[in-house]
Order: sequence, then C-alpha cells, then structure tokens
Amino acid sequence: VRDTDGGIAGKVTSGETVSCVADGDEGELIRRCQAGDKQAFGVLVNKYMKRAYFTALGFVGDHDHALDLSQAAFVRAYQAIGGFNPEMKFFTWYYRILKNLSLNLLRDRTRQARPFAELGDATLLSMSDHSQDAAALAERNERKELVWKAIHALNPKEKEIILLKDFQELSYKEIADILGCPLGTVMSRLYNARKALKTKLERLMV
Amino acid sequence: MSGRMGEQERTQFQELLVKAVDDELSEEEKRRFEQFIDQYEACRQEWQQFMNIKEVTQEMKFRNPPDPIWETYWSDVYNRLERGVAWILLSAGTIILLVYGAFKAVESMLHDTQLETIVKIAILLVVAGFVVLLVSVIREKFFVLRRDPYKEVQR
Repeated sequence: VRDTDGGIAGKVTSGETVSCVADGDEGELIRRCQAGDKQAFGVLVNKYMKRAYFTALGFVGDHDHALDLSQAAFVRAYQAIGGFNPEMKFFTWYYRILKNLSLNLLRDRTRQARPFAELGDATLLSMSDHSQDAAALAERNERKELVWKAIHALNPKEKEIILLKDFQELSYKEIADILGCPLGTVMSRLYNARKALKTKLERLMV
Repeated sequence: MSGRMGEQERTQFQELLVKAVDDELSEEEKRRFEQFIDQYEACRQEWQQFMNIKEVTQEMKFRNPPDPIWETYWSDVYNRLERGVAWILLSAGTIILLVYGAFKAVESMLHDTQLETIVKIAILLVVAGFVVLLVSVIREKFFVLRRDPYKEVQR
C-alpha cells in the first residue's frame, strides 16, 4: 500500500505475515539474541519496526509517543529475550509488550484528563486524493474523520480488533495468535466491534 | 422475503457477515450468505451498513513518517540498550559509594570523642530511619511487581 506522497503507507503489506510459529531464520536470530548478539536483534528490529510503529500509533494516536513506545518495547523485548521460546513468533510476543506499554501510557493520560482527540488525529491520516474534485474530496475527508472519531470512541478491545483487521490487515488466524484467543472469538469480537462502530457513527452523524 | 432468525442462524450469519465484509467467504459460504440476505431484509441492511464502513476504513491509513526515522530507528534502539546498561552500572556504583561513605561517616562519628552523645544518637536515628524507608520502598516495589497483572505479558 502506498500513500499519495509515494511512501509506504501505514497499512501493512501482505508480504509480511504474522503467525504464531517462527520460521527457521527468525528462530536462529532469536537464539543469537539470547547469546547476546545485538546485531541479530537489529535484524529483528529492522524487520518489524514499521509494523511496531504503526501498531503503537493505532494505540496512542501520536507520532512521538508511537515512536518512543515502539522503541521502548524493543528494548524491553531484548532485556527479556532470554526467557523467550525461539520456536514462537517474535512479533506475537513483542505485540503484547507494546500493548502493555501503550495501555500504561493511555492510563496515565486518563489520569491527566487529556482526551485522545487532542492528540492531532488529523495529522495522522493521509487523506489527500488528487483524483477527485474538491467537493468530493472534502466529503470523503469528512467521512474519514467521522469514522476515525468513532473508532476512538470504541472501547479498547473493540478498537484493537478494528485496528488489527482493517488497518494492519492481518488475517483472522494472525489476530487469533496475537490476541491469544480462538478463531471463533476473533469473528464474534470483530462482528461486535463493527456493530459498535456503526452505532457510534450513527450517533456522530446525528 | 423476511422473517425472524433463530439464535443459531443469527450466530452463523454474523460469522458469514464478518467474512463477507472482508471478502473471505468460500464458495459454499458465499451461497449460504446469499441465502441469508435473500431471505432476511435485516441481514441485507446490516451487510450494506457494514460494507459502507469497510469502504471508508479501507481507504484510511496512517501517514508515513519521514524516511530518516526508519534510517535511525535501529541505532536509536541500540543507544537505548547501551544506555540501559550504563544506567545499571552507574546506579550500582553510586549505591556502593553511598553505602561505603555512610558507613565510614558513621564509623568516624562514633569514634569522635569530641562529639556529644546526643548528637551521635540523633545521627544514628536519621541513618536508621533512612534505612527503614529504603527497605520499605524496595519491598513495596517488589510487592507491586509480584501482583502486576501484566507481568506475564512482558515475559
């Protein structure tokens, strides 16, 4: 997926998949990390940094915190990698560390009574589309902004599954692995999240 | 045609609806799904509403940060890793020096014949209070860590 500026956009491309079980190369990299090889860890970081950043961005909503949290989560992962099973997929484990850090940040923000909407959502989304006239573009942007607001208004579990499926474009199996739940639960959570999103949107549009 | 769905049918439809929105239905599932939307008006409406939302979310994406972010990403992580080790060394060294300094100070104070006994007692109380506070804080941190619900997540 490429954005209008020519860069790779936030959605994860299909070539990069997340499954529960690591491929041979990744297992070997993890073993090297466990032996203290920082360069091997660098390979893992380079492989997953974009996915990590955009995952954090989905959670916290602003660039600076997303960058900081995604890097801090890599540091935590390296510090704890000794106890990690090299047969498992690194990102599934890393995702949980990142989610934990992001939730801590959001909890602190709530304590500071700082609403999520203040954090510059408009700058996060690439909304330009040169192929349309100005009126149509404005209408589409307005729709996207409404959907974005509705997504933020969802409860954390609903928001998480929408971000994983519709923004990170993971398969149901990948989501099940990351969330540690059965496929059936993923389907029902996705249904409920989309239904809640529909309800929020209807309220916002009134 | 329309009517009321049973609980089991409803659950089946919800799963098919999720897959239909994501364009992940098999041929068999597609046939079953079409039966639902032909038979129930509410199903057709719900499908339409879900598709409208999907259409918008499909176009939404996060803005990509400037390239230099990715170029320096690993080195930033590496620096953090190194700094983490540096902080541990610095902290350990500082604690050893402080404990040694405090021990020497108390030792020389106790041997100081010119210092009044009441002052010696007062200083010992201050040191004892500090030690108790320190132990209490460490114990509290340890207690919180043990009961942290996210502890397992990080492992």
